[in-house]
Amino acid sequence: MSVLLIAEHNNKEVRPFTLNAITAASQMDGDVHVILIGNNCGDVAKSLSEMPAVKKVLHAEAAHYENYLAENFSPLVVKVSENYSHIVSSANTFGKNLMPRIAANLDISQVSDITKVISADTFLRPIYAGNAFATVKSTDVKKCITIRPTSFEPCETSGGSAPIEKIDATEEFALSKFIKREEVKSDRPELGTARVVVSGGRGMQNGENFKLITDIADKLNAAIGASRAAVDAGYISNEHQVGQTGKVVVPDLYIAVGISGAIQHLAGMKESKIIVAINKDGEAPIFSVADYGLEADLFEALPQFLEELNKLNSIQK
Amino acid sequence: MKILVAVKRVIDYNVQVRVKEDGTGVVTDNVKMSSNPPDDNAIEEAVKIKEAGKATEIIAITVGEEKSQETVRKALAVGADRGILIKTEGIVEPLAVAKALQKIVEKEKPDLVFMGKQAIDDDCNQTGQMLSALLNWPQATFASKIEIKDKTLEVTREIDEGLETIEINLPAIVTCDLRLNEPRYASLPNIMKSKKKPLEILTAADLGVDTTPRVQQIKVEEPPKRKAGIKVASVAELVSKLKNEAKVI
Repeated sequence: MSVLLIAEHNNKEVRPFTLNAITAASQMDGDVHVILIGNNCGDVAKSLSEMPAVKKVLHAEAAHYENYLAENFSPLVVKVSENYSHIVSSANTFGKNLMPRIAANLDISQVSDITKVISADTFLRPIYAGNAFATVKSTDVKKCITIRPTSFEPCETSGGSAPIEKIDATEEFALSKFIKREEVKSDRPELGTARVVVSGGRGMQNGENFKLITDIADKLNAAIGASRAAVDAGYISNEHQVGQTGKVVVPDLYIAVGISGAIQHLAGMKESKIIVAINKDGEAPIFSVADYGLEADLFEALPQFLEELNKLNSIQK
Repeated sequence: MKILVAVKRVIDYNVQVRVKEDGTGVVTDNVKMSSNPPDDNAIEEAVKIKEAGKATEIIAITVGEEKSQETVRKALAVGADRGILIKTEGIVEPLAVAKALQKIVEKEKPDLVFMGKQAIDDDCNQTGQMLSALLNWPQATFASKIEIKDKTLEVTREIDEGLETIEINLPAIVTCDLRLNEPRYASLPNIMKSKKKPLEILTAADLGVDTTPRVQQIKVEEPPKRKAGIKVASVAELVSKLKNEAKVI
């Protein structure tokens, strides 16, 4: 049996977490087929077929597939699911929205947000916002799995030549309609995949002071994060939120500035490779997870930090 | 319009969760329990819709052990009109919860079903989507804004790229994000009054729903501990450590 991986894309390009999901899928079974559902997305089919881990691309096109509504996607995945042992997607808002709809239609108890493939039916997954890890074994004949993208390396993107098989579209689900999408455009790396993240918390005191964070992020080619407190206070928009209710990030370097380290924030960043905390309260819980802690007033420390970075001959990108 | 709101009793979000020494789960004895935070947003939204004169009845429902009544009572104190407890034992997976809710939806015929987008215990994020699949209804997940139109809802959803707006026909399922609204606290008089509101108790077996888990929990462990870090004395030392010791900049 083979694994069916549901590609996330924007009809022009494959979205990056699909690459991590392909790696996870190939650990369940080497025969990974990718299903691409979209509208005028031939270029995406071609780039998927060039990924060496992909053995076949199933490609369906229809106007009502343009905006990835779960109500339109799930009947098609259910229809082709017969020959597959696993159906896999990433556990971001795309996969979280879609996979349970497929699983329920197939009468499968889904395993969400896995961080490790132990065997074809056994997986590791965080529970309680990462405060515990459960090893779970699915007893369903078929498995529906979503994977935590940051726990798997992205797959290779060139060198393969998988066949592309056109498949028929299913009918439109007439009761749900897409209206609009407001994407936040940025020249910075995406928060979910950035190598370096600089985050600000309530200690920033207002939105304008985030300029201090931005300057350092520019220098380090970093994404900008924030605690829920900073978002709720209106200092910065919500797509920057790191934590249990925001994004989970696993960068090489995470710099937490003016963030006390509430449980729900730690859940979103404590797997980062190196954590730096800058906070004037030496007792702040953030220091308990920091590799390097600096007890200082951020309004003095951040300008000095920028100055020190400027002195360096080179900075990794 | 009739609104069904599903709620769940979970370990309070401020509690530092501890894993049991025998690896069978997490410690729940003598631990503070509360309603799942985004379920509070779901109840709040339903109450606001009723206050605006657009809903006539709110039913709060939970699937869980006997003590889960507390969570339904809390919803009643905030403004739900009546409650339902579907009694179960042990771990109940989202698919089984969705099947139990489906039976109630078929009986009560609500126009809208609200619930939180995710429970903060098992972090599954499945039940709402599964219920809409079983009913073949439209779904609006991770809702941060809901506008009721004539026979449709316009819902703004929190997605990774930003915000998405969809329009869905009623009846429909909406799963609520924490940003949807600011849940109110129940006043003491309303808590007293809620004790007199009707609360129906059923079992999953009464509804003909099999809740046997399909996913075996083999063991539960502590997350890997981070090695103890150090405090640096100055910004210069910090930058030097990041460059020469951690080699990340």
